[in-house]
Amino acid sequence: MNAEDVDQEAIERLYERLTREAEEGGYHLNPDVPFTKNLVRGLIVNERRYGYPSCPCRLAMGSRERDRDIICPCDYRDPDLDQYGACYCALYVSGAILRGERELTPVPERRPPMAERRAQEPVLPASSLPWPVWRCRVCGYLCARTHPPEVCPICRATQDRFERFL
Amino acid sequence: MQWTHVEGKDRGKVRLYALSTCGWCAKTKQLLMELGVDFRYVYVDLLDADEMAQAIDEVAQLTSQQAFPTIVIDDDRVIVGYRADQIREALGP
Ligand code: SF4
Repeated sequence: MNAEDVDQEAIERLYERLTREAEEGGYHLNPDVPFTKNLVRGLIVNERRYGYPSCPCRLAMGSRERDRDIICPCDYRDPDLDQYGACYCALYVSGAILRGERELTPVPERRPPMAERRAQEPVLPASSLPWPVWRCRVCGYLCARTHPPEVCPICRATQDRFERFL
Repeated sequence: MQWTHVEGKDRGKVRLYALSTCGWCAKTKQLLMELGVDFRYVYVDLLDADEMAQAIDEVAQLTSQQAFPTIVIDDDRVIVGYRADQIREALGP
């Protein structure tokens, strides 16, 4: 099957799930339903193409390692929601946008170019804590344990989205 | 590179670099069609590796970043993102 051929039912299913998960976590999908379902379609296409749902509005390199920061929800969603009231794709919007108190405007790309992304990987000094502290790069959840959890209990991001924090 | 030609009014050489999965790209293409201008578009995510690298290069040279949609008018004016006002102002009636 061609990755581009997504049936409507698959879109509806994922749309329902993302809506439920967003609302449960205090996030909101864009209320422009046709626009949002088109992005959901893009997520399904990318999941089929690359094996992970990378951002529909960014060009993926096709390797999970290099695209990790743009697997939806990306590392940049929350800062963009804070600053612009929407993520880069406008799949997620803030409460103010949802309630019509703020206008949706284009969100500039915040993701640094590849060379800078590499350079930004933090190098932590050896820690004297009994456990390392892990931070979810998507939602900021912190936990102190030997390894990060398989799935973030707050936002469901996978283990590889965690970074050592302390 | 596989450009798709949309026929319309001549407002100069208008090119749109887009992604087939991106909502703002779809809106930008739709706006260009509403304005009825003659333009060419390419879905960079659907290109083969060599052509994709070439397209990324072209966009990066024009904008010093890699963002879609990117509109290029007469190899000269560049509009990054769905900036409806700027697009209307540059290409509208
Ligand atoms: S959160 Fe928004 S910007 Fe980030 S990957 Fe998902 S759709 Fe794209």
